[in-house]
Amino acid sequence: MATQTPKPQEIAKGLSHQPPSENWMDTKPEFRSGMYCHPVKVASLEGMGGAFAREWNPTEADWKLPADWKGIVKDGLKDRLRRFRSFQVFMDICVRCGACADKCHFFIGTGDPKNMPVLRAELIRSIYRGEFRTAGKILGKLAGGRKLTEEVIKEWFYYFFQCTECRRCSVFCPYGIDTAEITIIAREILNLLGLQIDWIGTPVNACYHVGNHLGLKPHTFKENIEYLLGDIEENVGITIEPSFNRKGAEILFVTPSGDVFADPGIFTCMSYLILFEYLGLDYTWSTYASEGGNFGFFTSNETMKRLNYKMYAESKRLGVKWILGGECGHMWRVVHQYMDTMNGPADHLEVPRSPITGTVFENAKSTKMVHVTEFTADLIKNGKLNLDKSRNDHYTVTWHDSCNTSRGFGFLEEPRYVLRNVVNNFYEMPDQTIREQTFCCGSGSGLNAGENLEQRFRGGLPRANAVQFVHEKHGVNMLANICAIDRAALKPLMDYWVPAVNVCGLSELVANALVIPGEKAARSTNLRGEEINDLREEAGLEPIEWPEEDEEGGEAGEEGEE
Amino acid sequence: MANLQELLKAKSETILEHWFDLIIATYPAESVQYFKRTKDAFQNPVGHTIHREMKAVFDELLTGLDRERVSPFVDRIVRIRAVQDYAPSQAVGFVLGLKQVVRKALAKELEAAAGARGLLDQLTDFESRVDELALIAFDIYMACRQKIYEIQAQEVKSMYYNVLRRADILCPIPEQEEPDMPPEK
Ligand code: SF4
Ligand code: SF4
Repeated sequence: MATQTPKPQEIAKGLSHQPPSENWMDTKPEFRSGMYCHPVKVASLEGMGGAFAREWNPTEADWKLPADWKGIVKDGLKDRLRRFRSFQVFMDICVRCGACADKCHFFIGTGDPKNMPVLRAELIRSIYRGEFRTAGKILGKLAGGRKLTEEVIKEWFYYFFQCTECRRCSVFCPYGIDTAEITIIAREILNLLGLQIDWIGTPVNACYHVGNHLGLKPHTFKENIEYLLGDIEENVGITIEPSFNRKGAEILFVTPSGDVFADPGIFTCMSYLILFEYLGLDYTWSTYASEGGNFGFFTSNETMKRLNYKMYAESKRLGVKWILGGECGHMWRVVHQYMDTMNGPADHLEVPRSPITGTVFENAKSTKMVHVTEFTADLIKNGKLNLDKSRNDHYTVTWHDSCNTSRGFGFLEEPRYVLRNVVNNFYEMPDQTIREQTFCCGSGSGLNAGENLEQRFRGGLPRANAVQFVHEKHGVNMLANICAIDRAALKPLMDYWVPAVNVCGLSELVANALVIPGEKAARSTNLRGEEINDLREEAGLEPIEWPEEDEEGGEAGEEGEE
Repeated sequence: MANLQELLKAKSETILEHWFDLIIATYPAESVQYFKRTKDAFQNPVGHTIHREMKAVFDELLTGLDRERVSPFVDRIVRIRAVQDYAPSQAVGFVLGLKQVVRKALAKELEAAAGARGLLDQLTDFESRVDELALIAFDIYMACRQKIYEIQAQEVKSMYYNVLRRADILCPIPEQEEPDMPPEK
């Protein structure tokens, strides 16, 4: 937080926070608590064979850069200009029309000009001009070029870890310039100097060596799910015995590990378990491919590939026919945009076919991976689920399109179709804040660390503002989504901006509405352990008549009593 | 005798414009035009919210100052500024700026009334209300900061809660008395 105190006349003039009027190239970022993420731990970076692992602190002047850091950056840049045609094009074709300037949630929430996508890209483009282009080399600033200095590297670290790679800006660019891809490359280059944040570097290392971002070892992963089974038994009254690493299962199920242990993701996870049990699905969990998310995507091309590979490797080892995936954002951007060319073709798998409806998922012909939401939508369409959507009547829901599923995966109608079939009260946020134009949660691309909470709240402001609008207008009290990072990040965001609104995964609403054959008294509580009739009473609704206690003398009924 | 309330009402548009300019000028120069000109409430939530709530606060100040009524308006402005990297004084200082804005807008009338106590007395009253408003804003600012720390702690807890629960190493904490806190609003 800034510390200088303005004098009264400065307050009157309102000049106290005015940035220096120099050219933007000359202003420097200040690393203040709450506004940046901590550097990666040495062991994590070393674990991935990363270069120049060391202790360093962004608030100190000396970042202990390697001796030849300039050469490394220039070579890194040159190499990527050669390998990635899109990067070269994005460096050359921006006409600085400004159409993207006010489209970034970080700019909207901060007013910091370097958070304008055009200037964010210019941070690296100016070096490209100044170091690689003749005009820029000779004319310098006049031709929009500048020289590579340590200050530039610090600025990159500050602003490229303040871009969530959400692609909102690209929707408005007449040339289709995708600043997210520029950020991706910039982070790769920073990585060459050992400049990584811990919230990305440590999960990546854990995922690579153990199987998931949290570093849950196989037995712990299994125990965590078993714990959720206990909660299901208590709160829903059904006993489930899923399998782990079972060879010959028809389907391998992979979901982000956040679902397995963090609130409110665990309720989404319980919902998958309930749905699959209801269907009698022949599926298995893997304790090795125990992570659907891929923080490697926020690191480098190669790291993303390494982490992604285990899904196919496990599907091969277990001999399954296809892969079903849980609710996640960037997991699906990776699957949709890169998996096939990175680690495919997955010839050991079959084109996914729903064993319940017989539907063949032609869209997943190549990757052999189906999203649980499209799987569910197909079940509903074919009348395979007995749904009573009035069971969600105490919720008034709005839908958050996650950047990755909407702009990165084109998943706009499927979730809405499912939502409309499981809730009666659904209100959209304003058009300019949903679908392709959706606002980011402010915590994507590995920026959902604890230490940069203020930065996240500023970045999430435009999203929260739209939620507040539907909360005030329609009484919205639930923000549904299909992304593990959203589930984790939107909750605190709502607690700060719109505390009356809660957050859930779409599958949770499906499980709430599902009428399970032989339901017992325990069903009167939801997955969160809340009495549904209490919630209904608060909302002014009639209570639901749940089955009588212990009809068949089952244990579940007894447990539900407490 | 000149009535301050009427004068302020008559000049409210200019006063609000200058007051808004003053708070917006605390943002980087390159962004000022965006905050001022972008009318869409969803594309420009900061500018829009500040503009809307300032008007509500000003209307409230004209007739008196009811803490409960004015707090939600101030809250919406201060809540934004509390996460925007400002020092506390900068985050709430805009409130005090209103005094200068008003004196400037009424410069002629004040000069004409020089010596006559009526208008000046009314202005003194008005300015004390602005001071009180600044204190309200500061309470809200502190509550927002407090909230950030609570959320931070809560986030860590919810991340590890289930691991601890599973390991069966949680023990229930006995009910404790609420610590003394400044009133939220
Ligand atoms: S990708 Fe998203 S976060 Fe990054 S500059 Fe564009 S709009 Fe901003
Ligand atoms: S919209 Fe495209 S061309 Fe225009 S300034 Fe932004 S990136 Fe450049």
